[in-house]
Amino acid sequence: MQQSAEFHTRVEHALANGQIKASFRSAMDGLMAKRKAAFPDTEALEILRLHGAQIRANSLSKLPELLEQLEMNCHKNGIQVHWAESIEDANNIVLTIMQNHQADLLIKGKSMVSEEMELNQFLEQHGIECIESDLGEYILQLAGEPPSHIVAPAIHKSRQQIAHLFNEKFPDIPYSDDVDRLTRNAREILRKKFYAARVGLSGVNFAVAETGTLCLVENEGNGRMCTTVPPVHIAVTGIEKVVEKLEHIPPLLKLLCRSATGQTITTYFNMITSPRKLGEKDGPEEIHLVLLDNGRSRIYEDDELITTLRCIRCGACMNHCPVYARIGGHAYGSTIPGPIGSILEPQKAGLDKLGDLPTASTLCGACAEVCPVHIPIPKLLNRLRYERTRNDHAGATLGQSSGRTVMEAGTWKGWSWVHSQPRLYRLAMYIITRLRKLLPQRIGPWTQVRKAPHIAPKTLHELALKEGFNDK
Amino acid sequence: MTNNARDAILQRLQNSQPSFDNSDKPVSVETPEWPIKERIEQFKSILESVRAEVHLAHPDHWTDTLKSLAKKKQLNNLLYAKKGPLGKMIEDSWDNTEQPVLVNNEGPISEWKESLFFHIDAAVTSSRAAIAETGSLVLWPTEHEPRSWSLVPPVHFVVLDANKLYNTFAEVVEHEQWQQDMPTNALLISGPSKSADIEQTLAYGVHGPTDLIVIVLT
Repeated sequence: MQQSAEFHTRVEHALANGQIKASFRSAMDGLMAKRKAAFPDTEALEILRLHGAQIRANSLSKLPELLEQLEMNCHKNGIQVHWAESIEDANNIVLTIMQNHQADLLIKGKSMVSEEMELNQFLEQHGIECIESDLGEYILQLAGEPPSHIVAPAIHKSRQQIAHLFNEKFPDIPYSDDVDRLTRNAREILRKKFYAARVGLSGVNFAVAETGTLCLVENEGNGRMCTTVPPVHIAVTGIEKVVEKLEHIPPLLKLLCRSATGQTITTYFNMITSPRKLGEKDGPEEIHLVLLDNGRSRIYEDDELITTLRCIRCGACMNHCPVYARIGGHAYGSTIPGPIGSILEPQKAGLDKLGDLPTASTLCGACAEVCPVHIPIPKLLNRLRYERTRNDHAGATLGQSSGRTVMEAGTWKGWSWVHSQPRLYRLAMYIITRLRKLLPQRIGPWTQVRKAPHIAPKTLHELALKEGFNDK
Repeated sequence: MTNNARDAILQRLQNSQPSFDNSDKPVSVETPEWPIKERIEQFKSILESVRAEVHLAHPDHWTDTLKSLAKKKQLNNLLYAKKGPLGKMIEDSWDNTEQPVLVNNEGPISEWKESLFFHIDAAVTSSRAAIAETGSLVLWPTEHEPRSWSLVPPVHFVVLDANKLYNTFAEVVEHEQWQQDMPTNALLISGPSKSADIEQTLAYGVHGPTDLIVIVLT
């Protein structure tokens, strides 16, 4: 886990890289325009967002009951449910399933929870090969890099970089930087893996408690391959992804697809309710659902921070964030980057580890304006900044008060004290205005990119008195 | 391990269950309703915008459309479900010597996986319903028309009865009361497989079919 200095180094590195900045700028501009075109009627959009927020808030308010209902219905349908407190637990559950089937190859659909678990590294330590099958994720796996965007993971890479990467890894395939050709090459390579793998893994976009159904949203067909062809399917998800009713799915799907990429709908919406039934000719014979907590139940304890858990992972907040567009996804150093990552990840890992992320924001509010489920992201960023420096030890946030320094706390205590003593305050202001030329011109990071503040020759009190205002 | 985890997680959630203000009236979202002709137009134009083909045909003569499209694509073979809803009409209209050759296999996919993955050019399946708003086909794969048929072969033909074309996804779910009996796998398919993972440039035919061809019976 990162410390402050590493974060700042990565940010500086990203800001100095013109190619990264250009890639993100053009991709984000495109995604913003597409989202806007997908919601031509602003009034209808606002109604839909309110509806989405209500559905998610309602599901969270009944979370323990809905998880039990989901588990019961999954069992009834033949899906095996596993609960994991931590990523270690979740990784071990997946490993045990792999070992029970003597499987040495796992074919994976896109799953941010598996990224959170660092599942690939874990399984590889146990001699199991993991293959990412989403095109973007596959490119990154070849490059040995993590995703830089939750919806478009390889957005930071240029076509030429990808072409060179393929050429380096598969020298037998002729070099091409044509997107169609590269896509076709990946299809041919991965088709053999889908064919061979005994276990497939996917994430979950929505889990429906009422019916025990796992819903997956995708365009490529790799998610369907992973959940259809191998005899065993493992789905990993966070406990917050449960939704109460099936009727809640159409509005959430509409919000998700249009907010994420401006598509009316994705190519595939895959709803899985049971393993292969008697007489059916394909589909997995076994399905396992792994429900991961990893700090989510702690976020759940706080009536304000709980709204973090409404997220449906559309990525619209990062597409619209001026900070994300400039530093890119890798600079954050967390599984999920951007505004939602800056509130979610520090709560999971602790403010002592990722406490800088809530400061990587201008609080411009663009994220909250586009969030399809009305997460008040700027408010939560402020709240986490406060949690990082408060020291009354109230509340459940991990790493609370870890950013508090004696110097800063002392300064503000002094400031507060001076402001409560009128005579002292005036004396202090008098001295500061008279000695303004002696004040330092270099004040830490502030003056690295700005001029020092210019102090007036007389205090506001003096000027007001001179103008005849009564001081009583 | 997992039982303890289950109880601990649920216990923590129960102990801290938030008290939300549920006084907000549920928002009512208006859903569009189009006459059938407009529904078909909307369905067609959205699917065509993602490079799918949509052809209208008469319920008695759609196999002619299927045959001519399959010939035009120069397919060697076409997978069909002998015992499925389309089986008899396809067999009756197909000559043994005609290209593409009709292929049927009622066995579990595991027994002929290699042939399905590497030798079948196209498959034809029925569709349970469709959605005009999003240009989506609704498939509930069955033992006769398994789910990999709409996924693995490079070309997928789908036959849709226009009377089953709904306005929205919400309408299908409600009208057909899906929550009462969900199938093993329910699918919305809204075009050929695609990706924009390389420089945001759309490429078709990633892992699923490269071509999606819909024949609407009107």
